[in-house]
Amino acid sequence: MRQQSMFARRLLYWLSMAAGLVLAIIPLPAWLDPVRPDLALLAMIYFILTSPRIAGLGYAWLSGLFLDVLRGMVLGQHALGFLLVGYVTHKLQLQMRMFPILQQAAIVLLLLALYHFVIFWIDGLTGHGYTAWGRWLPVFSGALLWPLVVALGDSLTRRSA
Amino acid sequence: MVELAHDSRPIIGRGPPLTAYFLTLAAMSIGLMVADQRYHQIDQVRAWLSAVVHPVQRAVDFPFRATDWVTGSFADRGRLRQEKLELTARLRLANLQLQRFAALEEENRRLRDMRANTAGVAEKALVASILNVDLDPFRHRVLLDKGAVDGVFRGQAVLDGEGIFGQITKVNAATSEVILISDAEHAIPVQSNRSGVRTIAVGTGDINKLSLPFVTVESDLQPGDLLISTGLGGVFPPGYPVAQVTRIKRAGSMFATVDARPTAGLDRAREVLLVWFTAPPASEPAAAASPPEASAPGSAGSATPAATQSTPPPAPPESGGE
Repeated sequence: MRQQSMFARRLLYWLSMAAGLVLAIIPLPAWLDPVRPDLALLAMIYFILTSPRIAGLGYAWLSGLFLDVLRGMVLGQHALGFLLVGYVTHKLQLQMRMFPILQQAAIVLLLLALYHFVIFWIDGLTGHGYTAWGRWLPVFSGALLWPLVVALGDSLTRRSA
Repeated sequence: MVELAHDSRPIIGRGPPLTAYFLTLAAMSIGLMVADQRYHQIDQVRAWLSAVVHPVQRAVDFPFRATDWVTGSFADRGRLRQEKLELTARLRLANLQLQRFAALEEENRRLRDMRANTAGVAEKALVASILNVDLDPFRHRVLLDKGAVDGVFRGQAVLDGEGIFGQITKVNAATSEVILISDAEHAIPVQSNRSGVRTIAVGTGDINKLSLPFVTVESDLQPGDLLISTGLGGVFPPGYPVAQVTRIKRAGSMFATVDARPTAGLDRAREVLLVWFTAPPASEPAAAASPPEASAPGSAGSATPAATQSTPPPAPPESGGE
């Protein structure tokens, strides 16, 4: 019983990772493109909070690596970003789970900022540094979307549990 | 509210310690980045990984393609008629131009024969369609549905119906990545069709704008001039349209500010051409501005050939010295 529900849950994680990756490269209208939230990252944070034993750092790292390949970035860039955010989330999970949703969103804002800082920094090191302020927009759109991600995730896990 | 699911168990004492695991993976990421960026050792790894994610790309592309197909199949009669009329008109015009072109081609061939130089004309082309996949909003890259199995190679020139589109930067098994000429890391040697002034057109990151940073104030360029590829550097076939000069500001003492608009439909094209051609021998007298190896993207040192291409002229190119 428990095994099977573990399996269902694992499946859910991998499917939501795939969905997050699809949403990361799906064409959006030009004005919306710079605001595109990092849904794969948000899903990862959510799963690390709800089931830290299953969604571990390996999961985070692989999501990031796949994103690197999909976007044609230097291999390991998003992987490192995802890994770092995953690690910090793991460290903060006990507190974060207690927070009201708005306070959680604020922490998520900081996590996303950390992620984009890592990406920005590596971009700079590899000689692609674009300093347009628009590159920080996903931080805010992602934090705004956090309550939605939680609501969606809760409904999905409850049904599958 | 985020709740802990039933499967949560203490982290300590199960599996590898979190921090050790983190450090291991972090080291692996950094190792990967260094290997990828500095040594290009892991192209094979990337090829495997892109085979894994290829279904995702196809899945994203599929609905767009299907919509196209459906609208194409069920297009109403009126629109088809309209389209047919337009196409007939365009064909007539094209035929008219073709008649003149045949004569010109003949003449051109004779002239080239005289110079013993038939190289530089695109010999073989392959149509590739652009996958409906967004890569990065701040880089102008697109993904094509042709890859190594079709013979695509890194540094290959990509054209569309109206001009030069870009060049291949990454080749996977079934897909390849193109850097557009408007990407801020791209540069292409060009020549004014009217006056013959040679210079370099650099991408700006704006899809409708190229910049010509190495044009001296007294060089002979005008708004409206067509810039064509010179073929210097051997990446692009010579003589294809690249951009049209839109604005010149001759302030300052040394260099003019020149903007140009790419002629290729960088944000509209659905299908592009991959071309094969024999590079012209680098015997052009004025090749000094852009040494042939500078734009050979095989090395692709720091990400793209552009970085190396735009750096060489510490002294301005020959544009003023016509």
